[in-house]
This record gives sequence, C-alpha cells and structure tokens, in this order.
Amino acid sequence: MIATESLSKRYPRVTALDRLSVDVGPGVTGLVGANGAGKSTLIKILLGLSPATEGRAHVLGLDVATEGAAIRERVGYMPEHDCLPPDVSATEFVVHMARMSGLPPAAARERTADTLRHVGLYEERYRPIGGYSTGMKQRVKLAQALVHDPQLVFLDEPTNGLDPVGRDDMLGLIRRIHTDFGISVLVTSHLLGELERTCDHVVVVDGGKLLRSSSTTDFTKTTTTLAIEVTDSDEHPDGTKAVREVLHARGIETHDGGGLPGAGHILLLTAESEDTYDLVRDTVADLGLGLVRMEQRRHHIAEVFTDTDEQRKEAVGHGG
Amino acid sequence: MAVEHPLTQPGEQTRIHNIGYRTYDGPRLGRAYARRSLYSQSLRGAYGLGRSVKSKILPMLLFVVMCVPALIMVAVAVATKAKDLPVDYTRYAVIMQAVIGLYVASQGPQAVSRDLRFKTVPLYFSRPIETSDYVRAKYAALASALFVLTAAPLIVLYVGALLAKLDFADQSKGFGQGLASVALLSLLFAGIALVISAVTPRRGFGIAAVIAALTISYGAVSTVQAIAFERSSSGAVPWLGLFSPITLIDGVQTAFLGASSAFPGQVGPSSAQGLVYLAVVLALIAGCYGLLMRRYRKAGL
Repeated sequence: MIATESLSKRYPRVTALDRLSVDVGPGVTGLVGANGAGKSTLIKILLGLSPATEGRAHVLGLDVATEGAAIRERVGYMPEHDCLPPDVSATEFVVHMARMSGLPPAAARERTADTLRHVGLYEERYRPIGGYSTGMKQRVKLAQALVHDPQLVFLDEPTNGLDPVGRDDMLGLIRRIHTDFGISVLVTSHLLGELERTCDHVVVVDGGKLLRSSSTTDFTKTTTTLAIEVTDSDEHPDGTKAVREVLHARGIETHDGGGLPGAGHILLLTAESEDTYDLVRDTVADLGLGLVRMEQRRHHIAEVFTDTDEQRKEAVGHGG
Repeated sequence: MAVEHPLTQPGEQTRIHNIGYRTYDGPRLGRAYARRSLYSQSLRGAYGLGRSVKSKILPMLLFVVMCVPALIMVAVAVATKAKDLPVDYTRYAVIMQAVIGLYVASQGPQAVSRDLRFKTVPLYFSRPIETSDYVRAKYAALASALFVLTAAPLIVLYVGALLAKLDFADQSKGFGQGLASVALLSLLFAGIALVISAVTPRRGFGIAAVIAALTISYGAVSTVQAIAFERSSSGAVPWLGLFSPITLIDGVQTAFLGASSAFPGQVGPSSAQGLVYLAVVLALIAGCYGLLMRRYRKAGL
C-alpha cells in the first residue's frame, strides 16, 4: 500500500523526516509518535502535496512525486483540525466533497447518503453542521474522507477531543473501515494504547526517524511478561529474593514489580517460551515456597516504545 | 452484514435487509469535472443559491436594485417615444458603481474567506484538483457572478430599446460595446476583491477592505481630477484615471468602446493613452491571478 525509501524532509530549521524507510501493507496501520514526530509531514508527502527533500515514496504503487493527482483520487484524507463550515448541512457538504473527488452528481448524492449512514449520522445530517457535537463532527470529517470509496484513507488523529465513549465508537468505526468496507487505513495517534486495540500493524516514529515497525501481535504476544508472587518461609525469610537468585542462576533476568503499593513482592520476567512457566513452577516448588500468583502481563505498546534502548528496565524499575 | 430474521411462517415477508457497505465502481470524472463543479457551486453561492435564506437576501436585493433603473429608463423611453435611451450602455455600470462595489465586497469574501476560516482548503487539495484549479474556479465564478449582475440591466435596456423600435444596428453596436466593457469590469473587480479577501479569514474585514479599496481610490482619483481640471491642467486628468478601478474601465471604454468619458470636462484618454489603460487593466487582472496562486500555494495543508 505504502512504501517509502529513505524519505527525508528538511525545512530550513528543522528536519521533519530523517531517512524514513517503511513498508505498509493492507489493513489498519497505526502511525505513532509524539507531537512533532513527523506524522503529518509524512501524510502530506504521501498525498503528493509536499515534495520530499530526498528519497522516494509510493502509494498504491504510484510515485508521490509525479502521480500525486492519481493518488489523491484513490485515497481519502481526514485532517486533524476542524475543517467543516458551520452553515451547511452534513449532506450538502459531503455531496460537494464527493463531486470534488470526481463523482458524478447522482452518484455523489447516493454515496453521501450511504456513507453518512455507515458512520452513524441519521436524521441530523440535514441540519447545519454548526449545531453538531464534537463526535458528530468527527463522523462528518470521516464521511468526507470515505465518500468516494477510496482504497486507502489517511486519518490524522481521529480520536482527538472525543470523550472515552466517543473514542471507543470511533476506534470501532476505524476497525470496520477495513473489515466491512475493505478500505485500508493509516491512522495516526500519539496514544499508543488506542492503536493497540485497533491496528494490525504499528509504525513508531520519533524525531522523523523510524523507531519500530511491526505487527501488533508481535508487539504484544511473542514476548509475554510474567508476573509472579511467592510466599516467604522460615527457611527463606525473603522468598522473592530466593526465587530471583535461583532464576538468575538459570539465566533468566527478572525485574521488580514496580513501586506500586502492594507490588513490592512481585517479580517480572520475560517468558520466551512455554518452558519458562515450568521452570518457574519447579523453582518455587524446590525452594518450598508457595506460589501466590503467576499471571501474564500483556505488553502495553508503551513499554515497547521505550524498549528500544534499555530504557524499559529503568521504566519498570521505577514503576513506569 | 446481512441481518435476516428467521421466517416464522413460510411466505411471511418480515425480512430486514442491511445491504452493508457498497463499493463504488462508477466513473471518476477527475480534475476538469471537479473544477467545473467548484465553479458552479461558487457561482450559485454568489447569489445565495444552495445556501441559507439569510444569505440570499443581499445578493438578490442588489440584483434587483441594479435592474430597476434600467426598467424605469426603458419604460420612459417607450412611453415618450424617445429617439434614444437616456443612458449609454457603457455608462450604466459607471453610474451604478456603488451597487457593483457593494455586491463584490459582500460576495468576494464569501467566496474565499469561508474556506480559509473554517480550514476547508486542505480538503480540496487532498483531492485531485490543484491550486490553479481552485483559484481559476473561484475567480471565474466571481467574475461570472459580476457579469450576470452588470449585464442583466444592459439586456433590459437592449430589449426595451428594440421594443421602442429604436435603430437596431445602432443599439446592437452599443449593447455589444457595453457587454465588452462590463466583462472587463467583472474580471478586474473580481480579481481585486478576491485578492483582498484571500488575505484575511475574517469575512467582516474582507468586506470593509474591498469597499475601502474601491471607494477610497475612486474618491481620491475623482477629487484630484476635479482639482486638476479646475486649475486648467486638464492634460493630467486622463493620467490620474489610472489609479482607481472604475476610472480605468471608464478610460478603456472611452478610448475603444465609443463611450463618453465620465471624467471632469469629459477629458477622456486619447487612443495612445487608452492603450496604457488597457495594458494596466490586463496587468492588474494577471497580477491578481498571480497573487491568488501565490496565496494558495502556501495555504496547502
């Protein structure tokens, strides 16, 4: 769907993108980064609206530098900011935008009615947009990006400004864009947890550089974190310490469970395979301790985000 | 996504179909079509069509105000069996310049400021159209709207003149010259109004700035012209006319379109000066287009 090759964008004072090479396949892809990480710049280049300083990029197999118009006919774009005139109705506005994408008048009206229904706008679509709630406005913005049935949509911070319920609705809708509508999605966010639930694939950028690109299942499943808690005995007044020493001797690193109240006795360790579970069980049994708990801690992408350079140990150690 | 309620009895039609998402395989008409759609939407918008009732009032009112004097003149000409219309075709727009100024000041900002203010511009440029398509469509739409406003009373006059059985050849020639003049006026005024409005996303500022640009320049030019004429340095009068839009049009039509000048003492430009007038008008139109292109190249996303 999208392929970039050492794509760079430099402004006189800042480097917005620094030799970014990334491949994005079909499905829902999250583009994660802090504010100013280069997400919006990347979308601008991919739409063919801003030339890259160096490097190349293809969207749907089309070169962004030379075939921008053809790309823009086949993709949809939902901007981060408000972009709706308040004095027209959602229907009129989306019909106009459909025609701007090249749909004939009759098709534009039909697709508008369909699309507004799919994003969850019903009777209110005939009222002026000025009276809509934030959630409804986000739906109209989404509808105008989908109305011409693109093959790919760029959604820039679609959950911005929404309350938790609205956020969940929007994320569900984004998921459906791919599963029900068959349209691939590139969605940006600075909230990692959000994308964990929605995306098939996550690309993390920071300071214009690619930090990591892998599927969400890679992020959260292949390395499972185990949390264990053991009892103390007369023989081992500090059971946790005893377990830790034995595990270290077997070559397994552990971390303290963080500074949360009541978490002082929890040991965190990385389970590479099923064997680790057995090893922990046997170790605890051999020491004659009681195993209070052994549970999987699902990785949060946030941990992976800091995992890149040894920061995670610190983060976990300090209760991050 | 097909939801089907099980049939309780065979033949009972209680199915609910949710046909789900339908893809679009129809034609995509591309850039030229999108530009035409934007043009027609903006042209309709300039008369409040497809917008709220409130926004129809002013343009429609000004359109009526523009045409009523023409109707009265025609009525008088027919009733009195006059030999000629009371006003030349080319003179009509100059007399009604305040109405034209008000119209272009109210509709120019409407055409471009809304898109800037509500940040709708990025939605256009994330579609197949380019900066030049947007600028051309908006420019053409406002110029056409102005042409409709200024040509309609001329048509009234022309039809009236033919009804009054005035000389056909004479009237047709005057009508043609009048149309050429208002066409040029429409392009010039639309360009100036759009450039000024595209600078500010605030509609109120845009309206005030356009009115100021048109009336202050005309007021200053006609005052200085009157002083120059009184001091019997009437040679300077035509050159002074270069500095306001309406006197520019007046000069061009005096030199080339058989109009009698509205300058003090009817000291219109000579043919050579007329060429300078025409060059300035065309340069202004081209300059406005260029400035708009520059403005929107920056306003991208």
